Amino acid sequence: MTAIAIVTMRSILSVVMLSGIYSLISATLFIILDAPDVAFTEAAVGAVISTVLFLSAFAITGKHQTLTRKNHWIAIFVVVVTGAGLLYSTTDMPPFGAPDAPVQQHVAPRYLSQAETEIGIPNVVTAVLSSYRGYDTFGEVVVVFTALIAVLLLLGRKKGSSGEGNS
Amino acid sequence: MRRNPILREISHFLLPAIMLFALYVQFHGEYSPGGGFQAGVIFASAIILFAILHGDKKAENVLSLGLAKVLAAIGVLLYGGVGIASMLLGGNFLDYDALAEDPITGQLWGILLIEAGVGITVATVIIAIFYTFSKYKD
Repeated sequence: MTAIAIVTMRSILSVVMLSGIYSLISATLFIILDAPDVAFTEAAVGAVISTVLFLSAFAITGKHQTLTRKNHWIAIFVVVVTGAGLLYSTTDMPPFGAPDAPVQQHVAPRYLSQAETEIGIPNVVTAVLSSYRGYDTFGEVVVVFTALIAVLLLLGRKKGSSGEGNS
Repeated sequence: MRRNPILREISHFLLPAIMLFALYVQFHGEYSPGGGFQAGVIFASAIILFAILHGDKKAENVLSLGLAKVLAAIGVLLYGGVGIASMLLGGNFLDYDALAEDPITGQLWGILLIEAGVGITVATVIIAIFYTFSKYKD
């Protein structure tokens, strides 16, 4: 419902507030699904940091979106077809939490049974993130760092030092 | 936000608690939910709260943009350095078993160091992006 409100809202300020609320609701959902690590990240990043960053971005741009009143039929068609396809394919998926689902068969059992003895820490999520999947986490950190470099390249230079640096 | 004494007073109580919580999440990540990424974000939100309430000038006295940039690079280098170190000690890249005599100790050291790298980078990157955004408008 929050998502529908976000789509129909015209003022970007309210959209940002609503997306913060949306993140908070998702965080609660993750808690219900027993994923506190993800809920933590969602609440902190989605609800707090991105809201603050959006708000400071407004200070640079503007608060209202320029409306285009055209109906984009092709876009709607693509969205509906993709959504219908996704909904159709979910009927083929194993039920939630099924022990014989492919995702539970691959490496998950090994992680769950061996993490305590191989890594020696009780939190399996941390063990997987930082040890078994250390490459991926390294990649993530580099991505975060790259984001900083991109922001600095676009906005970091002093105004008037070398003409327009804005995008 | 000079006109908001209530917010400022409450933030005096909240800021140390938020920062302490960030450190807890950072170093207790092996036992409870959380880790470097979450801790970095929480720490950055404490600094951003301070910057919103007291202005960027005062926040930059605490942690300047230049220092944040350097720390962001140091975090990535720390993570990569652990990987290189484990290679030099005879393992694969990011294979923490090689870091100490005992694989479990090696894993603990590796995870501690790379989580520290992740935390430093994430916190300082977010702070630096926030500073850059708010500097651009004035």
